[in-house]
Amino acid sequence: MMKHLRLNRHLTERLGFVGLTLMALVTVAPIVAVVIYILAQGVPAISWEFLTGLPRDGMRAGGILPAIVGTFYLTIGTAIFSVPLGIAAAIYLSEYAPENSLTRLIRIAIINLAGIPSVVYGLFGMGLFVLFLKFGTSILAASLTLSIMTLPVIISTAEEALRAVPQSFRTVSISLGGTRWQGIQRIVLPQALPGILTGVILGLERAAGETAPILFTGAAFFLPRLPNSPFDATMALPYHLFVISTQVPEMPPQIQYGTALVLMAFVLGMNLIATTIRSRARARRQW
Amino acid sequence: MEKTLNWREFVITRLVRASGYSAIVFVALIFFFLLREGLPTFAEVPLSTLFSLRWYPIEDYFGILPLITGSIMVTLGATLVAVPFGIGTAIYISEIAPRWMREILKPMVELLGGLPSVVLGFLGILILSPFLRTFLDLPTGLTAFTGSLLLGGIAVPTVVSIAEDALDSVPRSYREGAWALGATRWQTIWRVTLPAASSGVLTAVMLGVGRTIGETMTVMMVTGNAPVLAITPGSLFSPVRTMTATIAAEMGEVANGSVHYHTLFFIGMVLFIISLIVNVAASSVVFRSKKRAERVLS
Repeated sequence: MMKHLRLNRHLTERLGFVGLTLMALVTVAPIVAVVIYILAQGVPAISWEFLTGLPRDGMRAGGILPAIVGTFYLTIGTAIFSVPLGIAAAIYLSEYAPENSLTRLIRIAIINLAGIPSVVYGLFGMGLFVLFLKFGTSILAASLTLSIMTLPVIISTAEEALRAVPQSFRTVSISLGGTRWQGIQRIVLPQALPGILTGVILGLERAAGETAPILFTGAAFFLPRLPNSPFDATMALPYHLFVISTQVPEMPPQIQYGTALVLMAFVLGMNLIATTIRSRARARRQW
Repeated sequence: MEKTLNWREFVITRLVRASGYSAIVFVALIFFFLLREGLPTFAEVPLSTLFSLRWYPIEDYFGILPLITGSIMVTLGATLVAVPFGIGTAIYISEIAPRWMREILKPMVELLGGLPSVVLGFLGILILSPFLRTFLDLPTGLTAFTGSLLLGGIAVPTVVSIAEDALDSVPRSYREGAWALGATRWQTIWRVTLPAASSGVLTAVMLGVGRTIGETMTVMMVTGNAPVLAITPGSLFSPVRTMTATIAAEMGEVANGSVHYHTLFFIGMVLFIISLIVNVAASSVVFRSKKRAERVLS
């Protein structure tokens, strides 16, 4: 009886482990498949003309340069607003904020910002930046909208990086006669920099791949030239992929896969840089 | 010198504090603008129309029930995919996988989290929906089910990373205690580790669901966008339309300040309130369980 029970327990464990392993594989396999498939289908489309040319023939031929440049501009624009603000907010939460209900409210607000649907950000950006502040459908309005969306990612990762710096570093700085800010600026921030950088890139990566927030704030359906001021609308890679996969009939699949590949390379490239910085910093860390 | 230093310190401290408060300001601003543009709906559209079964704005039918049921249908389907696979993968990564496997799996899941939803929607149109159409013999492959599968995939990274954090933070001594009592690793996972991490796992599920309700592009591309009431199980395999997709698809074409415009903002307001409830609930689960843990430990 005892023996039977024991065997059963171990059999259950064996079966359970096999089951969970299969589950993890089923979860991961499609990801690998997606990346390989887009690579395989997209690479033949990549040519010098595709990357540096303007779209022709109703976007069915030519290149996607305006979309690449547009996504680049939007990412930079988002960084200009969200990086300083996000890092400053993280410094406040990690170095200054007292444990009170106002700080708790800030934390709840950040969690909520992170959870707001991207299309609602689009509505808000249109209401505030496009119409109320009269920026029009522009790179500026879209960048501002994307910055608010990326803010929670940057704040929470940067705060985590700052908090990981040992308390003794701050104490030593103050004991040497430095002010609080000098300690933060010269000791804490440099130590936390790789972690902060990882968070910033992950936040911007999300902004670069998003479509819904720029739909009504800055994305142009078709614009066969490069934008020349922040008040211009712009094409962008994710929106372009959406347009050519749903709105344009008889689209050659090669161009679709090529665009998907460029977008994926842009976003996953950022992801790769972020994870590399993180693992290098972890390996080199002395505390 | 001393004087300028103090002055600089003063200004910087103020700036840093203002940035800290900015998150509250932004949430308030977002809510304000949604209310400002969304509330006029109540004056312009009779409640009996708003909660009717027909969404056909060109003829002034603004019934949002089909959109709400569409969102619920797709979210339920996606949850059924994301929760078992997400938690299963989290348990595997945190409790079972050898180290090298973990080092491969974690970045992979992060990779999925970074894939733009429009890329998944694109593949959904080109690959998944034609496959489902022939495989399940449906009139169209653009259905709530297609959307659920893809959205499940989008929610998985959220569920995995939060659930794995929760499992990781269960003290090792809990597991060792169970092993010492003769429990197998399998029994330990289900009777000790998972219950100890339950609040974190619950948070993972809630935030995963929140992510699903708000997803826009994938859903708009693969669910067929038909605003019909979706309450029977059969409607899982027919086209539906979600709240998010409706806003994204129609906002570009409406006149500013029109009834249609206000109604779309009203839908945005509903989405905002849903995400507010989900996120506050999810964070209070964590908060409460932390308090309980402190009580137990002290």
